[in-house]
Amino acid sequence: MIITVQKPLEEIIESLKQYKKIFVVGCAACATKCQTGGEEAVKKMADDLKKNKKEVTGYKVLDTPCDVRIVKKDLSRLPEVKAADALLIMACGGGVQAVERVIDMPLYPSLNPVFLGTIERIGIYNEFCKICGDCILAETGGICPISRCPKGMLNGPCGGAVEGKCEVDRDNDCVWVLIFEKNKKKNVKEGILKKYMAPKTYSKPVKLNNKEKK
Amino acid sequence: MSKFCEKLNKNKFVITAELFPPKGTDVESLMKKSDLLGPIVDGINVTDNQRASMRLGSMAICRLIKEKGYEPILQMTCRDRNRIALQSDLLSAYVLGIENVLILSGDHNKIGEYKDAKPVYDLDTVQLLTVAKQLETGVDMVGKHLKGSPKFCLGAVVNPTASPVDLQVIMMGKKSQAGAAFFQTQPIYDIEQYKGFLKLVSQHKVKILPGVILIKSAQFIKFLLNMPGVNIPDKIVRRIEQASDPLKEGMKICSEIIKELRSFADGVHIMAIGMEEYIPEIIENSK
Repeated sequence: MIITVQKPLEEIIESLKQYKKIFVVGCAACATKCQTGGEEAVKKMADDLKKNKKEVTGYKVLDTPCDVRIVKKDLSRLPEVKAADALLIMACGGGVQAVERVIDMPLYPSLNPVFLGTIERIGIYNEFCKICGDCILAETGGICPISRCPKGMLNGPCGGAVEGKCEVDRDNDCVWVLIFEKNKKKNVKEGILKKYMAPKTYSKPVKLNNKEKK
Repeated sequence: MSKFCEKLNKNKFVITAELFPPKGTDVESLMKKSDLLGPIVDGINVTDNQRASMRLGSMAICRLIKEKGYEPILQMTCRDRNRIALQSDLLSAYVLGIENVLILSGDHNKIGEYKDAKPVYDLDTVQLLTVAKQLETGVDMVGKHLKGSPKFCLGAVVNPTASPVDLQVIMMGKKSQAGAAFFQTQPIYDIEQYKGFLKLVSQHKVKILPGVILIKSAQFIKFLLNMPGVNIPDKIVRRIEQASDPLKEGMKICSEIIKELRSFADGVHIMAIGMEEYIPEIIENSK
């Protein structure tokens, strides 16, 4: 899930300062899950905009605003959108840019996307995947050093961990200690601790077209 | 082969010390320190933007030290350069006469002055050692042939006080296999613990220079304990806290440790963190 946090309200108001009528777009997927762009958050934003002397022409929580088809179908034809001077998008950058592809109007993000997160419980998220394009979880017992080691070490730990805690954040476990303990328990025969892990490729695709491939 | 490498191979007690490049361009006091250390140590480490603090480059200072006829050890971290820049810098160092290279991951910038910087860590330490070895064979990472190839004395670091120690042992094995001929360590204050560590890594035919850091005050202990991977036994903390002259006591502790190391270790790596002028006396009193 894409974890987002709301930008400070002052920053949002500042970005909208030349516009009077605003339409607010929410996200029923990730941003709803992390309470930054769902029904409740969108209504709260509409209220905050009104308090700041904006007129809200309407709002719509799209199923997945990151899907151009959804934006076309559920958003582009709404009269409240056309009546607005600008759109405020409460979704990740993928959502903002899908809307940009479809609707030729001034548009502004209200969220900062921070990482691809695993949800521990409401409000507690961890970045466990960097979407690196070259998954090595098979080597590690399912624990990712690329996302969970701040140095992205691939062959083992640095010397900075103290009592199994990371040098960068002493509240975090050193991921290499976790990998080590897990491998010990499961008696993984080879794996990342034994063999040389070559440098990763960072030449992953930035777009996919499965139709063309076929 | 570098002079430092020759000394390592001679099985004598090897002493290295560490200097920090200044934040700025004034190298006068640093070069004075190198004059104090150069004649009495076997190699001078020059740090690479230690604590991610942005300083004058290690390579420039290494070259200045080399010009004085001393033996520099270039510290090279994986933090700030991608694989293109790292390989390029290795070639550059060699052309400048710098053959000793210590490869480290580097203190993360989030715990330094540059929290907002983009950390690179394109290669890890084992990979960078492997790449340095590959350059020696005349080929770069993508298999292109080099016109003239370097020859290094490669080193790496290991933390004997980290727990679980098995993990450090594994990492040391990988680094040694990748081409590290010598190791320097985080500070050792517990000789028995260090001896235990040596037993665990005895299969690797490498030289290990355990680190000692000069503790100059009780306040300084707090700073040290905040440094990644530093472990100071209570006994040492108490000695410093109760001393009427903590710096003198710190020097005494260093000399005592080095004296003990002389009986069984490959050498020592002395870090005085700004107080390098006391290193000659520390060494003298360790004999």
